Amino acid sequence: MKVHVHITLKKGVLDPQGKAIANALISQGFSGINDVRQGKFLELNLDEMEVQAAHDLVDKMCTKLLANVVIEDYRIDLDI
Amino acid sequence: MKAAIIVFPGSNCDRDVRVALENNLGIKPRMIWHKETELSFVDLVVLPGGFSYGDYLRAGCMAANSPVMREVVEKANKGVPILGICNGFQILCESELLPGALLRNAGLNFVCRDVYLKVTNDRAIFTKGYGLNEVIRLPIAHHDGNYFADEKILKKLEDENKIAFRYCSEDGELTNDANPNGSAKHIAGILNNKENVLGMMPHPERLAEPALGGTDGQVLFETIAKILGN
Repeated sequence: MKVHVHITLKKGVLDPQGKAIANALISQGFSGINDVRQGKFLELNLDEMEVQAAHDLVDKMCTKLLANVVIEDYRIDLDI
Repeated sequence: MKAAIIVFPGSNCDRDVRVALENNLGIKPRMIWHKETELSFVDLVVLPGGFSYGDYLRAGCMAANSPVMREVVEKANKGVPILGICNGFQILCESELLPGALLRNAGLNFVCRDVYLKVTNDRAIFTKGYGLNEVIRLPIAHHDGNYFADEKILKKLEDENKIAFRYCSEDGELTNDANPNGSAKHIAGILNNKENVLGMMPHPERLAEPALGGTDGQVLFETIAKILGN
C-alpha cells in the first residue's frame, strides 16, 4: 500500500526558502500570493495492512525519524 | 586522556580536529568510524563538522541514527565531555542531547567567514579558559546554522546560563548585523543541563594555532587538556 507523508515547517518557524519562492513568483508577475511554505513529500510503499495500523506505524516513523517535531508538522495520507 | 573523533561518511573537519587535539592536548585521538560501537575507552568525544550522509532528510539526522551515536548518548549521560562542532552541533540536536534545531540560514546563503562571539558561559569544561563576556573570533562555514527553539526553551537556556557563545559585533554588541544566520538570541553554541555537552556552529579547530591566523580556538582545546590532563 502507498502512504504519502507531507512535512512542513510549523507555523511560527521562519521559512526563508518559502519566502524566497514567494518573492520569485511575484517577480514573475504572479499576483495574489499571500504566503508560500516549502516542505517535503515522501511516498512510502508498505506491505498491505489495516488502515489504522498503517497510520499508527507511519506516525511512529514520523516522530522517530521522518519529521523533526521541534520544527516540523506532518500529515499522513492513506486514502490514495 | 583518550579522545575519540567520530567519523561519518561526509565528515570533512575530522582531520582538522585531530590536528588541533594532537597539537594542543599532546594526544593521539582515535578516529572512530560511525559503524563502530566500542567507545568504552574514551574521556572526550568530538563530533566534527562536515556534511554527514549528505545532509539527507535534515542536517545531522542520519548521523544521529547511526550505531555509534547510541554509544555517544550513553557516554554523554554518564558525564563524558562531548563536543559537537558545526555538523556535530546539528547531530547533537537531532540526537536530542541538546534542545532545539538548526534551520536553514535566514539569508539562505552558505556563510563562510570569521565572526565575533561573546562568551556567555565561562564555567564549562570547554569554556573555562575564556573570560565571561570576552569577545573572541572564530570562523563559521555553514548553510544550516539558524538556531531555533520555542520561547520556553530559549528562556530556560538564558535563565540557566546554558548559552556558551553568542554572535556579536567586534565590540561585543548583539546587533542584528552581527548575527550571520538569524539564530534566536544570537545563539552560536549551547550546553546541556550538566554542561558536559557543547554544540557550536563556529569552528575552534580552524583558529587553533598562530599559523592558521589566530589562536582563539586553541583556548578551548587547551582548557579541556588542562582539566582532563594529558
